[in-house]
Amino acid sequence: MAKFSGLGGRLYRGETSVDFIGKRKIWYSISGLLILASAITLFTQGLHLGIEFKGGSSFTVTSANASIQTAESALNEAGITSQTIVQKIGNDKVRVQTDALTSTQQNAVEAQLAAKYNVSIDSIDSQIIGPSWGKEITRKALYGLFGFLFVVMLYLAMAFESKMAIAAIISVVHDVFITVGIYALVGFEVTPATVIGFLTILGYSLYDTVVVFDKVRENTKGIAASGKSTYSQAANLAVNQTLVRSFNTSLIALLPVGSILFVGAGLLGAGTLKDLSLALFIGLATGTYSSIFIATPILAVLREREPAMQALAKRVGNRGDKVSTPSSITPEANRGPRNQPKRNRRR
Amino acid sequence: MLLVIAALTGVSYGIGATSFKLGLDLQGGTSVTLQPRIEDGQNGKVTGEAIDQAVEIIRQRVNSLGVAESEVSAQGTGVNRQIVIQVPGETGRRIVDLVGQTAELRFRPVLAEGAANATSVSTDAAATLPAGVTPELNAAYAALDCTLPANRQGGSSGNEAETIVSCDRVGANKYILAPAEVLGRQVTKASALLDPQGASGWYVTLDFNGEGTTKFGAMTTRLTSLPAPQNQAAIVLDGLVYSAPRINEPINTGTAQITGNFTQIEAQDLSNVLKYGALPLAFDRGEVQQVSPSLGADQLRGGLIAGILGLALVIVYSMLYYRGLGIVSVGSLLVAASLALLAFLLLGETISFTLTLAGIAGAIVAIGITADSFIVYFERIRDEVREGKSLKSAVETGWIRARRTVIVADAVSMIAAIMLYFFAVGGVRGFAFTLGLTTLIDLIVVFFFTKPLVTVLARFSFFSNGHPLSGFSARSLGIVEKQIPQVGEVK
Repeated sequence: MAKFSGLGGRLYRGETSVDFIGKRKIWYSISGLLILASAITLFTQGLHLGIEFKGGSSFTVTSANASIQTAESALNEAGITSQTIVQKIGNDKVRVQTDALTSTQQNAVEAQLAAKYNVSIDSIDSQIIGPSWGKEITRKALYGLFGFLFVVMLYLAMAFESKMAIAAIISVVHDVFITVGIYALVGFEVTPATVIGFLTILGYSLYDTVVVFDKVRENTKGIAASGKSTYSQAANLAVNQTLVRSFNTSLIALLPVGSILFVGAGLLGAGTLKDLSLALFIGLATGTYSSIFIATPILAVLREREPAMQALAKRVGNRGDKVSTPSSITPEANRGPRNQPKRNRRR
Repeated sequence: MLLVIAALTGVSYGIGATSFKLGLDLQGGTSVTLQPRIEDGQNGKVTGEAIDQAVEIIRQRVNSLGVAESEVSAQGTGVNRQIVIQVPGETGRRIVDLVGQTAELRFRPVLAEGAANATSVSTDAAATLPAGVTPELNAAYAALDCTLPANRQGGSSGNEAETIVSCDRVGANKYILAPAEVLGRQVTKASALLDPQGASGWYVTLDFNGEGTTKFGAMTTRLTSLPAPQNQAAIVLDGLVYSAPRINEPINTGTAQITGNFTQIEAQDLSNVLKYGALPLAFDRGEVQQVSPSLGADQLRGGLIAGILGLALVIVYSMLYYRGLGIVSVGSLLVAASLALLAFLLLGETISFTLTLAGIAGAIVAIGITADSFIVYFERIRDEVREGKSLKSAVETGWIRARRTVIVADAVSMIAAIMLYFFAVGGVRGFAFTLGLTTLIDLIVVFFFTKPLVTVLARFSFFSNGHPLSGFSARSLGIVEKQIPQVGEVK
């Protein structure tokens, strides 16, 4: 741990530096490929939507001899001919999912399941979603998503510079694409709990970006006047300086989410907790990635286009250092002894 | 801060909030969401008043089941509201069929009227029975006890061509009612008005369409000449009598007035009943969720385990990484957790906030958000120390910088919570609510607990001299010791 902390110090001073912004084309290509793959799977495979979105019924029976065949014969006897999915959850649960049923059909299924598994009808957990309700839920989820993006963009534009808001939103949209792509690719079920987790993670991803940008703003304050480094260099230093924090944040966020996932998937089988934490888990990973590898490079590129920043880049370049703009900043090469960390003032 | 917690604990005991209100997914029960719509083949729009009336009708049906803590409420905004019915325990299964039926309005002539309680059948019954009342029906009428809520369930509007026995809505009277002569859909308009002269006070007017005018005219013409109580026409909605006014004269104009010392509210209620009957709503079953008590208990246990596990992991990690400073984050997390639990208790009592599985998940996710605020602050302090500041001043300058970041970041998660709350239904709202609440608590704790605590701790030499376990040692900050030669010293 101490070694890692030492890394924090080196990153802070710029002694150890990862060139996030200079190598942006690599990150862009990785993300571009991922997004392309997401788009393709989304169109070919589509999302595996839960019954909450498309309407349907789900019955869960808890019984010691929870065999799938029993459930299938119960469905047959209840006269359900439409498509059904029977899954075993954990050791003692069987879940049956069907298309939308009428209330007579529902009662028949419940009665058959109770009789075949020899359990009380009251112990069957069921969920029935009407088809129009599913549309309503889908509509609201989309409204929530777009409303959220819009309001956050307004807020960030007010709290930061407009270019930071643009970069932050691009990285969030990037997260949305990749997460949706992962869901389409792996075929995880998408339920309202997934959407909740997803919206939360958008907030989280922005939170991460906000912290990095805060540092970028601090580092680039008065940068045009000082002429010490280009915008990209200062921004790259900020990413490196906040790297330990980003890592800590993601890990600390992952710990509770991981414990929900463990309990949700391990102890309870399927359900709200599993769906929620899975979305959080995947979103957290893409969110952390994008605030470091996507958001800041985009911001740097946007800002480097400004005449003042281009002039600055020229000035820094003319000082005779071998700087390819935008590029990394390493103190030995670019800053001169004047800007080395002043260690003797420690304590 | 500790005083605040103590005070809040006192308050919650004071108002009797000693247990959490658990959602149905945690205690077991049935939850039904109904989407009201205009019946097929009817023209018109769903109005807010109609939904209010529908909620009343369904509440009447649900309350008749006598299950404590059943709730019927409308969720959402305006005419897009859904009706949410929540019944704890296993008895709730029956309500699924009960609540979904359309409530119809009918005008039925009264054949007999009596006090609400059950009576014995009079012996010379046959002789005095009004026309159309069979002895069986009379026996059913005598046995009917309208003081029991179970008999005032409604839910079935009855065959309009049959003679029925019925209770009034409040359980004051019972009736034998003749087949319906005018139907609710034949009403075109109803309103509650105040007589400008003040002679009859509040009254209700209603207009009929062409067919309604003819039938209402015929019914009133026939009834006026009959003796009481057979000169009354009952207004029956959902099988329950809302009012049974006496007919004073034949009404052939298609416009009737109902008077009777109404208060404003009574008149408006009656006019709403008539309006509702004119365009009754059908209910689409949106979502039905039945959770058995054992699954509820499992989910509650799972949520608690996940919460404790998450909190413990975060505490262990921050102790390992931040050493002495970890005490601050552990303390702050515990303070935040107790504030959150107290808030759940108090809100459960005051605004009947219920804790659902999604809500618990929101609170667990918030552990990460809260811990993150400390990380931002601690890393800032360490940055300042790396720049050569003394710990005491680093604590202050670091705070000024961290404060902004924390506020902006919390604002973003607050926006997420608010957007989720307003756009979502059901369980999602519970999640959004706890997320918003805990974000708020995070701000309070960071400002009024974490920061002051760090300021106080910075005065101790354990921290300010960079003890190896304090989290501020030169080594853990990565400040390289001077004597290591390979780092070029500034001359």
